[in-house]
Amino acid sequence: MASLHAFANPARFLKIARPLTGWLFWTGAALIAFGCWAGLTQTPPDYLQGDSVRILYIHVPTAWLGMGGWSGIALSSIAYLVWRHPLANVAARAIAVPGAMFAALCLMTGSIWGRPTWGTWWQWDGRLTSMLLLFFVYLGYIGLARADREQGGDGRIPALFGVAGSVLLPIIRYSVVWWNTLHQGESIGLASSTIDGSMLWPLGFTLAGFSLFFAAVVLMRMRDMLARARNEARLRRMARA
Amino acid sequence: MTAKNQRLVLAGLAVLAVVGAALLALSALKDQAAFFYAPGDVEKSGLPLGREVRLGGMVAANSIARQPDGVSIRFRVTDGRATVPVAFTGIAPDLFRERSGVVAEGHFNPDGSFTATNLLAKHDEKYMPPEVAGAMHETKTLER
Repeated sequence: MASLHAFANPARFLKIARPLTGWLFWTGAALIAFGCWAGLTQTPPDYLQGDSVRILYIHVPTAWLGMGGWSGIALSSIAYLVWRHPLANVAARAIAVPGAMFAALCLMTGSIWGRPTWGTWWQWDGRLTSMLLLFFVYLGYIGLARADREQGGDGRIPALFGVAGSVLLPIIRYSVVWWNTLHQGESIGLASSTIDGSMLWPLGFTLAGFSLFFAAVVLMRMRDMLARARNEARLRRMARA
Repeated sequence: MTAKNQRLVLAGLAVLAVVGAALLALSALKDQAAFFYAPGDVEKSGLPLGREVRLGGMVAANSIARQPDGVSIRFRVTDGRATVPVAFTGIAPDLFRERSGVVAEGHFNPDGSFTATNLLAKHDEKYMPPEVAGAMHETKTLER
């Protein structure tokens, strides 16, 4: 556990996070740009969907980060509840806003793809509904965490909410397996994919790119929160003096 | 047991409870949360008459028949267990075609047929370029 404690030290965290932020951001931006260019120009259209298939290079990373973001909130919340590291609490709050944004982007790109493919913008299907619920749960978490902070809480209530909200993750993942849904089944498994290789490869670039971008945004927000906390502490000391 | 270990055990129990809740929710909603009836479900549990439902499955091969009025079509939906004849008047989505997935919104008639008011194309998880799809189609034809 000694190594984990070392990273939980805010001063050491800032020393690593400061140079890492820029590196993650620019590498992510380059990978996204290349992946989008390749996905728009270097891959064949689908035999049924035509060119609208290309939205998958954005839709899949946003879905992955919308769900991955909540996994991060849940893990940070557990770390905060068990080890009481303030940094874990900061991390969970920092993930919430970009996570909600990516969940919303996932719903929007899916809707844009659904109109030409299915013939509808929206249906109350198991996968679509559970993803919409995750977006609302994000909004609830953001509101709760803000209220908790303003009331001078120690962040334990939002952390419990973070753990409880992860109930949605397996439901979203297995909704297309367990229920009849309009959304198709899983295309990309651990070992194989039902997307032809000639169409799949740019997805690796956009997935990696958006993930690095997400990490950069989380680090920026964490540094911002730590700076604010330090400012507040300084103002309190000055007021007392 | 230290306070930290106690919290660790509690967090572990909380995670187990959350996973258990998800599994219970999934299995409890298995029937209610279905987006559509499959033809085989209807054969097993009887016709859901008198209400708006969705019927989903594959459009049977060589089953789409355009009607003389130009806007009506008839086709059969199958899931390998049973087949339901469907009548629809209106504009079908571009991806509506034979041997492809479809979800029809409408109601069942007492004779077991289905009258659709709206059609949705259901896409499957296979994505491939036209050349590959064409090649697969050819192999299938050659085998036959």
